[in-house]
This record gives sequence, C-alpha cells and structure tokens, in this order.
Amino acid sequence: MSRRLRRAAAAAVAGVAGLAAAPAMARDAATLRPDTMQARVAACTACHGEQGKAGTDGYYPRLAGKPVDYLYHQLLNFRDGLRQYRPMTHLLTGLPDAYLHEMAAYFAEQHVPYPPPARLAVSADMLEQGRVLATRGDAARGLPACAACHGAAFSGLAPAIPGLLGLPRDYIGAQIGGWKNGLRRAAAPDCMADIAQKLTPHDIGALAAWLSSQPVVEPYVPDPAGSARLPAECGSQAQR
Amino acid sequence: MKRIIKYCLSALVLACLVAAAVLYWLGTRDDTSTGAAAAPAEAGRMVEQGRYLARLGNCVACHTAQGGQAYAGGTPIPTPFGTLYGPNITPDAQTGIGSWSADDFWQALHNGKSKDGSLLYPAFPYTEYTRISRADSDALFAFLRTVEPVSQPSRPHDLAFPYNQRSLLAFWRALYFSPGVRAPETGESQQWNRGRYLVEGLGHCAACHAPRNRLGATRAADGLAGGLIAGLDWYAPPLGNDPATGLGNWTAQDIATLLRTGMARHSTAGGPMAEVVLGSSQYLSEDDALAMGTYLKSLPAAPAAGPAQADAPSAALMDRGGKLYAQYCVQCHQEQGQGSGTAWPALAGNPTVTAPSPVNAIRMVLDGGFAPATAANPRPHGMPPFAPVLGDVDVAALVSYIRSSWGNQAGGVASFEVRRVRDASTLN
Repeated sequence: MSRRLRRAAAAAVAGVAGLAAAPAMARDAATLRPDTMQARVAACTACHGEQGKAGTDGYYPRLAGKPVDYLYHQLLNFRDGLRQYRPMTHLLTGLPDAYLHEMAAYFAEQHVPYPPPARLAVSADMLEQGRVLATRGDAARGLPACAACHGAAFSGLAPAIPGLLGLPRDYIGAQIGGWKNGLRRAAAPDCMADIAQKLTPHDIGALAAWLSSQPVVEPYVPDPAGSARLPAECGSQAQR
Repeated sequence: MKRIIKYCLSALVLACLVAAAVLYWLGTRDDTSTGAAAAPAEAGRMVEQGRYLARLGNCVACHTAQGGQAYAGGTPIPTPFGTLYGPNITPDAQTGIGSWSADDFWQALHNGKSKDGSLLYPAFPYTEYTRISRADSDALFAFLRTVEPVSQPSRPHDLAFPYNQRSLLAFWRALYFSPGVRAPETGESQQWNRGRYLVEGLGHCAACHAPRNRLGATRAADGLAGGLIAGLDWYAPPLGNDPATGLGNWTAQDIATLLRTGMARHSTAGGPMAEVVLGSSQYLSEDDALAMGTYLKSLPAAPAAGPAQADAPSAALMDRGGKLYAQYCVQCHQEQGQGSGTAWPALAGNPTVTAPSPVNAIRMVLDGGFAPATAANPRPHGMPPFAPVLGDVDVAALVSYIRSSWGNQAGGVASFEVRRVRDASTLN
C-alpha cells in the first residue's frame, strides 16, 4: 500500500475512532486523581478505552486482563521498534522498563466484562475453515493449532502468550499480516512469524472471522505458566 | 575599446578566483591556537569524565539508531538539504573510529574535519563543539574507546545537489565557522564561565535555540533568539530574558530544575527538549545545571525571532475553545489553567503555551506525550493524543483559548496552522 493510501486509511480509522472515543474520554476524566496509576496511563486509555477495555472503533485492542508479560513485551517492542505504530512509539520513547512493567501489570489486573462478539457477514464455510485451523491446525502444512499455544479456550498462557478472543476481526487480520510481512516481530526464535509465513491470505481471513465471532466465556483468564507443552520454541515465552 | 572590455573581464575573473581561493583557504585551515594535549589524567577517571561529557553532548542521540547498539550510528537527521545519518563512532577499526587517535578526534570536534581531512557536515555541531577544551575532548575520546565496538558501516548521507559536494563546505565554513576555545571572561564568575562553556560548547543549545539562515547557519549576533527547528517542525523558544517570550520569569534554579528533572514551575519539557532531558541534561551535576542557568539568565531580553504577535481570537472561537476545554482538558489542567503539582502542568503562564509560535502547543494537543522520565520523575504522567479526536478547527479553537485565557495573551490560531502542523507531524 502506498504511503498516501496508508495515511488515508489511518485517517479514516482515526476519524471513526474520534467520533466514538470522544464521550469515553470525557467520562474517564471525571474520575481522575493525580499520581494514581489510572491518571498516569490516561494517554493509553484515551484510545484503548477505560481500564483498557478496548477502543470502540475495531482497531485499538483490549488491554484489560491480558497476561502481564505479553503486555510488557508489546510496550518494549513498540518503544524499541520491533512493533510498528508511530503514535505508540512516540508515547513510549524513553520510558524506563520498570515503569512499562508497572503499566503492563496495571492493565493485566483490570477485569472488565467482554462485549458480545459482533455478527459477521461471512459464509459458514469460511467460519468452519477458521474453526478447523484454530482448533486443529493443519499438520500437512506444519501448522499447529492456535489452541496449542494460546490455550484450549483461547484464553492465553501465562506469562506471555495472549488470549485470542474478544479482539476485533480487523485487528487480528492486521496483526497476522504484520507478522507475515515483518512489520511485527517478537523475541527470537519468533514462532509466530514462522507460523504467519505459512498462512495464506484466505487462512488469515478465516481465522480472523472465526476467532472474532466467538463469545468470551468467563472466567476468561490465561492458563497457568508451564501447563502446556508448546509445539514450537518461542522467544517471548522465555524472555523476561 | 574591445581590448579594455577584455582586460576588465580578465581582471574580474581573476578577482573572483582570488576571492574563491581566499574563502577556500579560510574554510579549510585549522585552528591550532588551542590544541595542545593536556597532561594525561588518571585513565579511569578520564573515562568516567568522558562518560559524563558524552551525556552532556547527547552524542547517543545522533549516533544510535532506534533499538540499535549504542554509538553504532544510523540515526536519520532530517534537514532542509536532505537526510544525514549519524556515523558509527564505536571503536571498531574498519567501520567505526577504532583507528583514530586523540588528535584525530580533536580535529573532528575542533576543526570539523574527519581523520582523512575531509570536511564534516555541520549537522555534527562542530560549530559549537569547537569551544570544547582539549582536555574534555581527550576525555570524551577515552570514553568512546571503551564502548562496545560494532561492525556496521556508516550509512551514506542522502543529500541533494549541490549539498552533496563536500568540498563546497569550505565556503560555508569560511562564512559561518570560527574555530577556537574561548578564554574565560575575567569580569565574570567561575560559575558564569562554566555555564557559558557548557551552553555554547557541549550543550550545543544554539543548534536548536538559535535561528538559522537559508544555508542552515546560526550567527553569533542572533544569540539564542529561538526559531522553528527545520526538519523537526517544533519551535525552540528564545532563551533570552524577555518575560513574555523568554526566560525572564525564571530563576537560574528554575532552569537548572527543568534541565535535571524535565519539569519546572512554569513548564514541562516536551518534544525535542524532552529528548534532550531524557538523554542528556538530566545527568548534569547540580553545579553544572546551575551554571548553565546562571549564564542563560545573563543573556539580554532580546525580542524573539519569529512570527509577530497574533491577533486576539474572536468571541466565537473563544466560546468554542472554552467548551472543548471543559470537555477534554479541565480535569487535569483545572478551571484556571493552574494544573496540579508536577502531574499536570499549568497552562496559565506556561511558555510552551504562550510562545510566539503556537506550533508546540498544537503538537502537544495533537500528539500528546509523557513528560521525560528522570530520576526525579521516573513515572511521568502522560497526555493523551487528541489528533484522532479533534479536527483542525477544534484544535485551533482550543489552542486559541488556552493562549488567550487566565492572563495568557498570545493570540489566536487559525485552522490552517493546525493543518500544517498535523501534516508535518512525524506521527502521521
């Protein structure tokens, strides 16, 4: 995509976000007290929603309740250029590791009910392909199931593997796409990058559709660390 | 007659050639008056001193790419003439400065020349670093010898013609570069002299806070009158003592506090200054920070180089801005723009808000940002970015409102100015 087209797309997304996010910002502000963690992260919740419950535009992802190390790694990666989104990099420049970890812990500890999944206009066929890939993988192509790492209920695996439900379809598609073309990276060995390389655009569409259409069943918490044997070696899960 | 014309033309050509030769000679000769190496201090202490000085000069900012290894280069430096890339200054023999001697290093800092004698681009601020003493140059070099060597070729600069012709720098240097360490002013205190040494030399404050001409040069006569930073699209405020636009209402201690903590009674460092605090000035010793403040307070209250005073905003714009302020800003910045402690800076009397140029205030509203994390403020509060939420007209109304309320009298802002800043923001 050309730079101009990307900008236009970003502006469109931002415009929609603006319309929806405005009242949320005002409401957040009503309860702020200086020197609380809630006040310190006002720059985050402006887009990611109160308590990090997700933005309303379908792009800014939920932060609440994700595994602490997963969030911490993303903050480090944005700050250090392993994950690309300029507004995030701008905000995080120069913030020390300890503070980023504190922010990650704050959002990991937020528990907000999930909204019901959006109804999607996709074929039953496509949803079924997504379900099969997510729950069983495709051994012939060397693709493990999403559930093999992200938990049988897709609720993540402590300390660093995130849950996959409650995320917007566009966000999931964009992230796998980012991994596929090298815009998003994780600590080596980057298992997710290897898997994304093997996924076709059709696979990605099917996965994003099925995952985003699944209701979140409470309690939705990451499986305990060490409770699953990963089918691949993943740097993030080992990284601290 | 023909003969006379021919004669005159020849004389003219000759005069031009002589002038060019003189300029070239002026622009390439070395200043040898201050180059004697100091007696070598104890090696360990020299390295520690060099580490401190490297932070004061913020060498890492231009010589380390985002997420890259320290001092291995690669940082893009945007200028109106093209993009330069900070070179590798680790002690790698092939790709860094591992084969340099302390004399070579001094030649770069003091005379703006590389080891092979080629002229350096003044994006490397040797126009300021030339004021650094030989002893400090040697300490810096001793420290740089101890950093991890990285084998990474320096990225070639990406400059348009004719700026990519290095030899032409001789003429620029003849006009704008006067090498030499300054002798202390005998009539001034040691503290003042130390402050001037740091402000004019390693601190290279003039790199941003002095106005630049079309050839990218700063002139001593302009002092630190402030101006738009070309390539970055932030405004560097004047550092003179005008109470409305400069540091007239600040004490030397206020300035020292801002440098060391990123926050002061009147303002919080943002944009490029936040980066300076983050990578450099927070590490200043209390004495050095106060010395810089003392020197800056001695500068005259020269008028700011920048746009003329804007007209007061219309009642309709103020009304719209006031409503937006109540919706988005008041919870943190408070009813009277008085802020709250160090968490949320006051907007009343804040020089970032009332600066002659509204660019910084507009950018803070659009981009948001955290105050720089320093030892005094390791968990800074963050301002949300409002670029996704507010359109150009709303930002213009809001910034007009904060620039014209609670005693602030900086005038209105037009929506086209917001559009320009939004387009220039690197966050797009």
